[in-house]
Formats: sequence, structure tokens, C-alpha cells
Amino acid sequence: MAKITFETALKQLEAIVKEMESGDLTLEQAVKKYETGIEKVRYCMQILDSKEKKITQLTRDLDGSLTEIPFEHE
Amino acid sequence: MTDHKTSRIYSVSHLTREIKNLLEEQFPFVWVTGEISNYAAPASGHSYFSLKDAGAVINCVMFKNQKRALKFSLENGLKIMGMARLTLYEPRGNYQLIFEHIAPEGAGALQKAFEQLKKKLGDEGLFDPVHKQPLPYLPKKISVITSGTGAAVRDIIHISLRRFPGCCLQIFPVAVQGGEARDEIVYAINTVNHLCQADVIVLARGGGSLEDLAAFNAEPVARAVFASRIPVITGIGHETDVTIADFVADVRAPTPSAAAELVLPEKTRLVRQITDMQSAVTLAMTQKLGFLHQKVDDLHSRLKSPAQVMATVRQTIETCFFRMQHALNRRMLHSKDKLSWISQAFFRETPGVSLQQRQVADLKKELAFAMKTRFEGHTNHISRAAASLTALNPTSVLDRGYSIARTIPGKNVILDAETVAVQDLVEIILSKGRILTRVEKKTDGKDHI
Repeated sequence: MAKITFETALKQLEAIVKEMESGDLTLEQAVKKYETGIEKVRYCMQILDSKEKKITQLTRDLDGSLTEIPFEHE
Repeated sequence: MTDHKTSRIYSVSHLTREIKNLLEEQFPFVWVTGEISNYAAPASGHSYFSLKDAGAVINCVMFKNQKRALKFSLENGLKIMGMARLTLYEPRGNYQLIFEHIAPEGAGALQKAFEQLKKKLGDEGLFDPVHKQPLPYLPKKISVITSGTGAAVRDIIHISLRRFPGCCLQIFPVAVQGGEARDEIVYAINTVNHLCQADVIVLARGGGSLEDLAAFNAEPVARAVFASRIPVITGIGHETDVTIADFVADVRAPTPSAAAELVLPEKTRLVRQITDMQSAVTLAMTQKLGFLHQKVDDLHSRLKSPAQVMATVRQTIETCFFRMQHALNRRMLHSKDKLSWISQAFFRETPGVSLQQRQVADLKKELAFAMKTRFEGHTNHISRAAASLTALNPTSVLDRGYSIARTIPGKNVILDAETVAVQDLVEIILSKGRILTRVEKKTDGKDHI
């Protein structure tokens, strides 16, 4: 699957659900839609789960270069 | 001690009243500027506070009626300028300022500059909705430009983690007030754009006075926000605070916390949405398959193999055959029964029938004999007649050389020459064949040859 945004994948998934629920598909189409739908589900869930908790702070060094360091909070 | 007698002796009340009169005459109305501290607002609705500067402090009060006209709230640290009456509160011997009107210090000039800049940038189109970029639905990385310390950054981190555990926040600490603030914010916006890692910028600051928010009303900050290719959401001050940066930003949130809520969707809701849709497609698929299965089963049960068809036909034929045979047998039995019944009945009713039968047989024999005799008689007679008839046959006469002449037309046998005229057609029948002639001449009379 080409790299698409989470939102696009979600919209596609919604469209697939609607199409499948309308029931006007042939079996081949339905199977294809189902496979695509499940693929989208996995893709969305992967995006949701892949994010690691990461809070960083950008600091500027004396020479002006930027470094990203973990941000200490609470 | 001697001075006591020469000097006038005041009672405390008297002296206090004299001082009060003196103060109130000297300062009927004064304009005062200073910073609020020890602010207290008891249930009475009046406000009590101190007004101070670097060197001194004065007790102040503002009564409920006058407070109604204020468009902002009094709080500690607020620098104000106001008009007051100076008075002395005799029971305590305190002098105090009773404020009639208060305005934040410097508000006039700042407000004017704010309005001017707002109009200028507005005229340039920096606030136009066409320039507003949509926020990403699910940002991969959020750049937070705010003070590295303080409530704003804490609130943003807290709310972000609550809404979307595992989100990616990049804090870009900047001064949010004071001389450096403006340039640092501009630098931060430009840098985040340059790095191009984040897909949304949160520009935030906690609440403060108009002066505290000055950097967010500065033109360079407004232009940096406008120039940002990455969408900017502002969460500056309290809900009532509106800055120039808010107008230019792609989205304005009333507070830093609200900005965090707008920028991140709730993970649990998204997960639920996706799992719901997963169930929906699975259910739809299962239903579809079930339906098709049923349909195939149904059609399969209705689909008949040729062998089956043949068997059915054979069975039908056999059934018909048996029924036919049965019906025939029954019919025959029935007829036989009926016949035997009738014959029995017949013989029961006519006991003399056997005698009569014999008589009939005898009569039949007699009849046959009589018939035979008669028949033979007739046969002889017929033979004789036939012989005579043969002798009389005209054809035998013709065989002997005679012929028959007949008129044409009419076919009458000509016996007398009188019956024909010269030139009439005559047909002559010979033993073999016929001749058609014309009468040339005729002779009358009895003579023949």
C-alpha cells in the first residue's frame, strides 16, 4: 500500500464499509473490498500504535546548531 | 512637658478629623499609578488592595458600584492608573484611596498600537480565510513553541498524552515575554519550518496582561506565523485575550489546553472507530458469504443430474404401466363377473332353453337341406339360360360377318333406309372396331341384298 495519511486511510475504510453494507457487490468485489478494508484497518492501527511516547526539546548550542534532547517534565 | 500647656491639646478623634479635612481638601481627586498587591475581594463585592511602587504603599478600595464599569479584573501584579479620592478611615487611622475609575497602565497606547497593526495586517489580507491551512487529522509530530517552564507547556503535555498516548511532541522553548520574546518566537517558527519535521505548530502562552502578551501582538511574529508553511494553532492567554498572532494563525484556540485538544484526536475514539468498522466489514462479508452459501445450496438442491431425471421418468412410466395393467385387470374381472352373473340369471329364468336349442338345431339342419336343394335347382336353370343367352349375343352375330348401323347422332339402329337421308353420318359396328360413313345413295323397298 502506497504511503497515505491516516485520515485518507480512515476515509477509504469508511467508504468500504458503506459499500459492503449496501450489499450490491459481487462476491469477487466483496472479497476484494474486504481484503482492502482489513488492510486499511491494519494500516490505521499500525499508525496509532507505532508512535512511541516521545517528548523532546530543541536546544540551540553555542555554535548555533540545533539538537533534540529528551524533555524533562513532571 | 512645658509645651503641653502652651500647645493646644487634640483628642485623637479631633486630630484625625483635622488630618482628614486637610487631606481631602488638598487632594480632592488624584490620578495615581502603581501596581496592585494584597488584593482581596470579600463577599461584600468591594475590592481591597494595596497600590505600590518601588518606594511606597497606599491602601486602596474600590466599591462595588464603581467596579461594575471595569472591563477587566483587578489582580495582583497588575499595573494600573486610576482616579481616586484620598480619604482617611478614622476608626483605623488609615488613609486610603477610594478609586472611582481604574484602567490598566499604558493600556491606551498599547491598545492603539494593537488596533493599528490589526487594521494594517487585515488590509494586507493576512487574516483572510483563504490563507488558513487545515490542521493535520493526526499529526506525526507537534512542535510546541512556548515557555519551557510554566503551566502552558505542562498543560499541553498533559492533555496531549491523555488524548493520544504515544504522541510525538517537540518542545521549542522560547521566552514568551520581555524584550527577547519577539525575536525568539520568530526564530522558532522559522526553524521549525526549516527543519520540516513537525506537521503542526502550537504557539502557546499562559495568561497575562496586555504588556505580557506584547510579543504575540508584534508584527514580525504575525508575519512569521503567516509565512509558516506548517499550520499554526495559537493558544495564548485566557479566553478573553485575543492577540494579532491569533488572527493570523490557521486556527485559534482560546487557551494552551484547548490548543492541545484541537491538535490531537482522542486515540481511544479513533481505535473504537476503526474496530467498529472492522467489525462492520467482517459482518458484511460474513453475511454476504452466508447468503451466497445458502443460495448455492438452494440452487444445488434444485439442480438435477440427467440420471436423476431419467430415474424420475422411468418411475413415472412404471407407475403409469402398473396403473394401466391394474385398471385393465379390474375391468376384465368386472366384465367376467357380470357375464357369469347374467348367464346364470338367464339360465335360471329359462329352464326349457336346452329343448328349444335342440329344436333350433334340427330346424337349422332342415333349413340347410332345403336351401341346398333349392339352390341346386336354380343353378341348373341358370346354366341353361346362360347357354341360350350366349347364342343370342349380338357379338356372335357380328362374328359371323353381320354388322350394325346406327344414326349419328341419336345412336338408333338403322333398320330402314327411310330413317336416314343422303349425307347423314352413319356409324357401323363390326365384329372388331367401328366405321364412320356418310350416306351417298339409298334405295327404298323391301329388297336387301
